[in-house]
Formats: sequence, structure tokens, C-alpha cells
Amino acid sequence: MTWSWELDGWIVVAGVLCAVASSLLGNFLVLRRLSMLGDAVSHAVLPGLAVAFFISSSRSSVPMFLGAVVVGVLTALFTEWIRGVGRVDEGASMGVVFTSLFALGLIMIVQAADHVDLDAGCVLYGAIELTPLDRISLLGLQIPRAVLVLGGVAILNLLFVICLFKELKLSSFDPALATSMGFSSTAMHYLLMVLVAVTAVASFESVGNILVVAMFIVPPATAFLLTDRLDRMIVLSGILAAVGAISGHVAAVIVPTWFGYQSTTTAGMMAVMAGLLFTVALLFAPQQGLVVKWVRNRLLSLRILSDDIVAFLYRRNEQAASVGLPISATASELASELFAGELQVRAALLVLQRRRELFRVASGYQLTETGQQHARELVRSHRLWEQYLVSEARFDTKRIHDKAERLEHFTDRPLRDQLHAATNAPSRDPHGTRIPTEKDEQPQANGSDSE
Amino acid sequence: MTGRVQVCRRAKSIAGFLMLWVVCSPLPFAMAQSSQQSIADRRIGWPSAEQWRRVLFLEDYNTRVVLFGVAVLGVASGLVGSFTLLRKRALLGDALSHSSLPGIAAAFMIATGMGLDAKSLPILLLGATVTGLLGVGVVLVVRRHTRLKEDAGLGIALSVFFGAGMALLGVVQQMETGHAAGLEAFIYGKTASMNAADARLIAIASCVSIAGCLLLFKEFKLLCFDENFAGSRGMPVLLLDWMLMGLVVLVTIVGLQAVGLILMVALLVIPAASGRFWTDRMWAVAALAAVLGGIGGILGAASSALFPRLPSGAMIVLACTALFAISMIFGSKSGVLVRMLRRWDLNRRVRNQHLLRGLFELLESDESAPQSDGKRSISIDQLLAIRSWSRWRLLRTIGRAQRSGYVLNSGGAIRLSQAGYAEAARLTRQHRLWELYLITHAEVAPSRVDRDADAIEHVLEPELVDELEALLEQEPMRISVPASPHGTAIVPTDSGSGR
Repeated sequence: MTWSWELDGWIVVAGVLCAVASSLLGNFLVLRRLSMLGDAVSHAVLPGLAVAFFISSSRSSVPMFLGAVVVGVLTALFTEWIRGVGRVDEGASMGVVFTSLFALGLIMIVQAADHVDLDAGCVLYGAIELTPLDRISLLGLQIPRAVLVLGGVAILNLLFVICLFKELKLSSFDPALATSMGFSSTAMHYLLMVLVAVTAVASFESVGNILVVAMFIVPPATAFLLTDRLDRMIVLSGILAAVGAISGHVAAVIVPTWFGYQSTTTAGMMAVMAGLLFTVALLFAPQQGLVVKWVRNRLLSLRILSDDIVAFLYRRNEQAASVGLPISATASELASELFAGELQVRAALLVLQRRRELFRVASGYQLTETGQQHARELVRSHRLWEQYLVSEARFDTKRIHDKAERLEHFTDRPLRDQLHAATNAPSRDPHGTRIPTEKDEQPQANGSDSE
Repeated sequence: MTGRVQVCRRAKSIAGFLMLWVVCSPLPFAMAQSSQQSIADRRIGWPSAEQWRRVLFLEDYNTRVVLFGVAVLGVASGLVGSFTLLRKRALLGDALSHSSLPGIAAAFMIATGMGLDAKSLPILLLGATVTGLLGVGVVLVVRRHTRLKEDAGLGIALSVFFGAGMALLGVVQQMETGHAAGLEAFIYGKTASMNAADARLIAIASCVSIAGCLLLFKEFKLLCFDENFAGSRGMPVLLLDWMLMGLVVLVTIVGLQAVGLILMVALLVIPAASGRFWTDRMWAVAALAAVLGGIGGILGAASSALFPRLPSGAMIVLACTALFAISMIFGSKSGVLVRMLRRWDLNRRVRNQHLLRGLFELLESDESAPQSDGKRSISIDQLLAIRSWSRWRLLRTIGRAQRSGYVLNSGGAIRLSQAGYAEAARLTRQHRLWELYLITHAEVAPSRVDRDADAIEHVLEPELVDELEALLEQEPMRISVPASPHGTAIVPTDSGSGR
């Protein structure tokens, strides 16, 4: 299928408007842990629509919106009520309410089918491809009806978020405080549900239920992984939703042609693209991403392992000081001594060689001058901590080693100096071993030389 | 405060009636449609007597097969659902069933590509299982490894996977072999398309999950109520959790064909939630959920046979919802009616106790009278002055007390009987003991204790009264009422406690 701006342009506009309108509200659904209530309301507006059709015998908008609002509020009300009366959790009461209402709506729509041009399939997954066909003229422009309706709803939601930003923020994070400050978080809750229902209805006939549900939840969840600030989250979710909608339509037109088919359902592809964006954020978000977290952990453990290696070699040298020769160790020896995997040790050794802390000799690895200095700092931290834990924190001598082993990696020069001062400048640790000085041949010089 | 609670209650009972209305409302529509039939009419006709007979007496082989399959499915999902409900995983089934759609479409495409029979149910259900489990995996990953909560994970899984399914179906419809209409049955459910082999598959899967639930009943029960305790007793909690999940998957996947993937979760949730209104015992909830699920399935499938054009999944769900509404109203443990009766009963008892104590305190306030004098009478107006109750309510309360022999009413002059006097003294004593306790031990100001004591005196157990006596070193005498901390005069303004 070829791309034509006349048709595809309007489809993309409708999709973007729907996506942005939904994701604006979705931020608060996700934050208030009501994502599934958003899903439930958008399923449950179906009987409201059907009743509106029965009463007005037309697809005119006003009764439809009224029906949706009523049913949206009823869904929230029923859910709350059944949760209390039936002594079940919110998920279960939601499951009872929305499935019942949706089933009811399906049956009523099937019955209404001969009055109105409407079927369940079109409600469920929409006919966004047909939006450009149904146009009305406004200010001399031929604009699709769906675009007008969705645009109105998007503006409504935007106004809601902007005008009530403070109230929404407070009642999302601390409902009790919001209520005590004089604006009812219950009222906000139902207002939100009303708008969710309105958005669902506006999107129903054009883009379908499933896209609304996806856009309520997926872009805000993605934005939630990317930032900690509410205002940024809202803006980001809007952008993500728009990107998802645009790329969704492009993908729907292009991807199937790779396999020799024609374009597929746009609404479905928009949901999939939003899901892909979420996956990317899930894996690579700067703070929260799974891959990022994994890499960060690997790097940290590598750093700690290389610290352990130089400290181990330093201690060996100390013990063998009488012999006079610097002692070396092989990779497998290090692995078994430090309880680490062979592979990790080799990686750490590579890093240390590149930093010129180790050099290779025939019998394994030896510390260089830089390595010697690094190791001395670590061992000094370790032993100062042991001394501190015993003399100041009154720890048992047997239990100090593990603590000091953890703390030594995160102790810098100023902290060492403080420890040194706090423990009255000891020369030996509780086990009786000598605490090395900061610089090799300059005992007692530390504290004065600032660099 | 109480006013607000009352408003809430009223709103809730209104919500209840609305719910009932919503459940019943398709009926008149169905009836209204029946009167005006014409040829070439797509609307639903009211079935003829012949159709009724055929369905009710199970004359068609096909109807028998379908009813059997759906009933067994209802039993199994009710049973499994009662565990997932208590485990607070009710909506996981929703994510699972929604995310089975891309699997169904992909299985259809792959099977067609490999030249197999793409419509064969086992292949489609295999695909459904794979992506369904993927969807559940997404929920678990989001819950475990991000700061998003479970609800967001559920929403993401079900919407994205369902969207992917729609996109795949859009392609399937263009395939030359693609009579993709069969796949639509998985979305809304179509019991009519079920044949004997399908019913057998459903029955086998359901029996496996029923047997699994019965065999592991004790373990699942412990898992649902106290996971940590189950772990400390040496049970393999993770394995049990996976087995329960496996049963949910089994039931959900085979149920897709009957109920449809959007509404499958209803079969897992609604019967189990209905069972909670009747009992608190786990085995009873499970048994009831199984029975209700079975009945709901039969009713739904039968009505779907009577009205072939209506989506069968929706009919089954509505049948279950009707059973739920009945349970909610008439449930013997926490049904709406039972609660209402209980509340009425409590209110009546409280009013009776208020009347007796009021009489006693009025008698007591007249110090000239001897202690045990039950002969003197009190006028209605005197009683009206001491509490904020309407004349009508007071008269009704007096009438009831008269019938139970506590009070004698001779033309507006109320007297306590012998039994009434003893009871009134006991009540007043309880009230004052509690007031004293609040003053001496809870350090509540004397002007406020009357209100607090008023709230609790009706539920004081005899053992607690004994304890109060011991604590306050009051002589546990027959009928010795400690002096009121407000002074004995019961003039309303005196106590300042808002009587």
C-alpha cells in the first residue's frame, strides 16, 4: 500500500490525538495504581454506549458521552462497593464488574445492530483506517469527525491536567494529606474516572478500545521508568505516545509488505510500538534499565575484585618481607584464594594491567609501584576500620574483618585521615599487624601533605 | 460522623440496586424484541416452544456436548479461581487470556506455512499457551525488576499482546487459505462451534485441574493464606505457586473457545467471589465456586443455544453475574440482606438498652424514692427529654420492651417491671463502670466519657465487666450501681455531654 498524505496523514493525526489524550490521564492511573481500573472503565463503557443508542437511535455524541460518564462512574462505584461488601481485593471486584458490564454491552450491541451501524468488532478494535472517510467541514476545511472529537477530548484532558496539576499531584502521592488540606481525593478519583470514560468513548468508534487501554498504561509506565519528576513524566509520556502512534501506523503500512502482505491493523500496531518503546526503556533506562543496572553491577564487582587482587598481593608481600623478593601469583591461584570465577579474575587482571598496577612475570603477576600504592591505601583503610570498629564502636574482634572488608572499597583519603585521628593514630590494628602509612617511606607525614 | 456513614451506606445500597438493575436489564430488551418479528430480520427472536423443548431436554447431540463441556469448564475454573482470588492474583488470568491472541494467530500462520491443518485446536491452543505464558512473564518481570506496580504490568501485558494479536489477525485475513473467521471465535467465544473432540479436550484439561486442586488442596490453602508459614513448614512454595499458575493456564487456554479471551477472566473471578458471600471456610468457598461456575456455564450455554446470534461468552458471563448478584443479596454470611437484618437487630437492641437505662436514671434522679421501687411511673415526655429520639421511635421501642416484659405501659405512664428493673440496673452499672474506667485509667475527661461509654456499653461481655470490677475495685454485688461520675442528677445541661 502506498502512503498518501490525504489518508494516512489524517489517520496519524487521529492516532496521535487519541494516544496523547489517553496518556495524559494515564500518568495518574499508573501513579495511583489504578491502571487496571482504567482498563476496566474503558471496557465497561460499552453498555453505556448501547443504552445511548437505544434511547437516541443514533450515533450522536451527546447521549453517548452522557452514557459513558454514568457507566464510568458506576464502574468505579461498583468496584469499590463489591470490594467492601464481598471482602475481596480490588482486582477481583474489578474483574467482576468490568466483565459483567462488558458482557452486557456486547449483548446489547448485538441487539442494537439493526438500529445502528455498529458492531462489537468495530467497538473493540476500531476502524481507524476509516476515519478519513467520515468528514465534516469546519471553517471551510474538510476535517474528519473523529479528529475533531479526539482533538476536543485531548484539549479537555490537557486542561484538566494543567488546571488541577497541584491537586492531582497531591492526591496521587498522598491522598490523606490531600483530603486533610481540603480537596477531596475521592472527588479527584471520580473526576478522573469520568474523564477516562469520556476518552474511552471518544476513541471507541474511531480507534478502538485496545489502543486506548494501551495508551492509558504503556507510555506513562515508560515515562515512569525514565524520570522521577511528575511534570517531566507527563510531558515524556505525551511524546512517547505520539511517537508510538506515528511509528505504529508506519509499521502497519510497511512491515507486512516485507512478507508480501498488505497493511495490517493500525491500532494493533500502535499498541505494539508503544510496547516496543516500553521494552527499550525497561532495558536501557538511565537509572532503572535492567541492562544498565546489570552492567553497573558487573562494573562494581569488577572494581571490587581488582581491589581485592592488589590487596591480596600486598598482604603476601608483607608476609614475605623477610625474603625480600616481591611475591607473584597466578590467575588460578587468585581465583581460588578470592573465591571468584576464573573468567572474572582474568578480566580484572586485564583491567589492572591496563592501569599499570600489575605486570606479568614468568610465575604470574606482580604489583607495580602504582599498584603497591593503591594496595597500601586499601589495606590501610581496612586496618584503620578494624581499629575504629574495635576502639570506637566496641565491636567484637572476631566480627570486624567482614565489615572492614566491605568498607575498605569506599574509603577515600579524607575519611582515612579522620579514622586515623579518631583512633588516636594507631600503628597496629586489633590483630596486631602493622597499619601501613599513606606514603611508603613517610611515616607520620600524612594529614599535613595536601595534594 | 454517623451521618456521613449513613450517607455512605445509602449510596452503597443505591449502587446495589443499580447493579441489580444492570444485571436484569437485558431481559426486557430481549422480550421487547420478540413481539415485532419480520422476515429478513437480523434481530434476536424469542425462541419458539420447539426450540425450548430441544434445549431443555437435551435432544440435540450437539447441545449435550456443549453443555457438558462448558459445565466441566465452569466447575474447574470456579475451583481454580477460588485459589487465585485468595492469592490476590485474580486479574493475572486477564493478562494471560488477552496475551494468548498473538499466539493463536501466529500458530495459525505457522501451521498454514508448514502445510498442516491450521484449524486444529491443539495447534492453536499450543500457540495460545506460549504467548499467554510470555504475557505472564512480562507481568512478573515488571513486578519484580522495576518500580512499577503489578497493575501496570498487567495493563502493559494485556494491551500490547492483544494489539500484537490484532496486527497478526490483520495479516491472517489476507492469507489465501485464511478462513480467519474461525479465529474470531476465540475473541468472543462461540460454543456452537464446539465439537465432540473439542469438548473432550476441555473435559480432560478441566478434570486434570480439578484433580490437581483436590490433591493439593491443603498445600494451596496454606499458600493462599500464609505463604511464609507454608515456606517455614518446608513446603516448596515456588513450585506450588508454579503449579497453581499452571492450572490457571490450563483452564484459561481451554476456556478460550467457549467464553472468549476477553471474558475468560470472569469465569475465574465471578464464581469464586460469589462463594465468599456464603461462607468463610476455604473448602466451602471452593466447592461453592465450583458449583456456581458449573451452573453458570450450563445456564449460559443453554441460553446461547436458544439465542444463537448472541455471543456465547457474554451469555455465560451474564449467567455467572446473575448468580453473583443473587449471592451478594441473599448470601448467608455477608450478603446484603443478612447484613441489613443484623444491623436492624443491633439497632433495636441498642434502643431497648437506651430505654431501660434512661428509665433507671430518671428513677434514680428522684432521690426520695426507695431503691427497689419499681412502682413509680415515668411519662413519655420525661423520656423524650433525655435522649434525641423521636416520639414515634420511642413509642415503638417501649412497645417492644413491653412485649418482652421489661416495661409496663399504662396510658403514657411507663413503669419498669421486676425483670426490667434488674436488667436496667445491670446496664446502668456497665455504663458507669466503663465511664469510671475511662476516667481513672484512660484519662478521658469526665465531660466526654458518657459519649464513649455509650458507644461501647452495648457490646460489653460479662467477662469484661468482671475485669472492670476487679480493676476499679468495685464490689461485685448483685445490683449495686456505682454513682454516676456526673453526679446523680440527670438534668441534660448538667453533664454537658450532648445527650
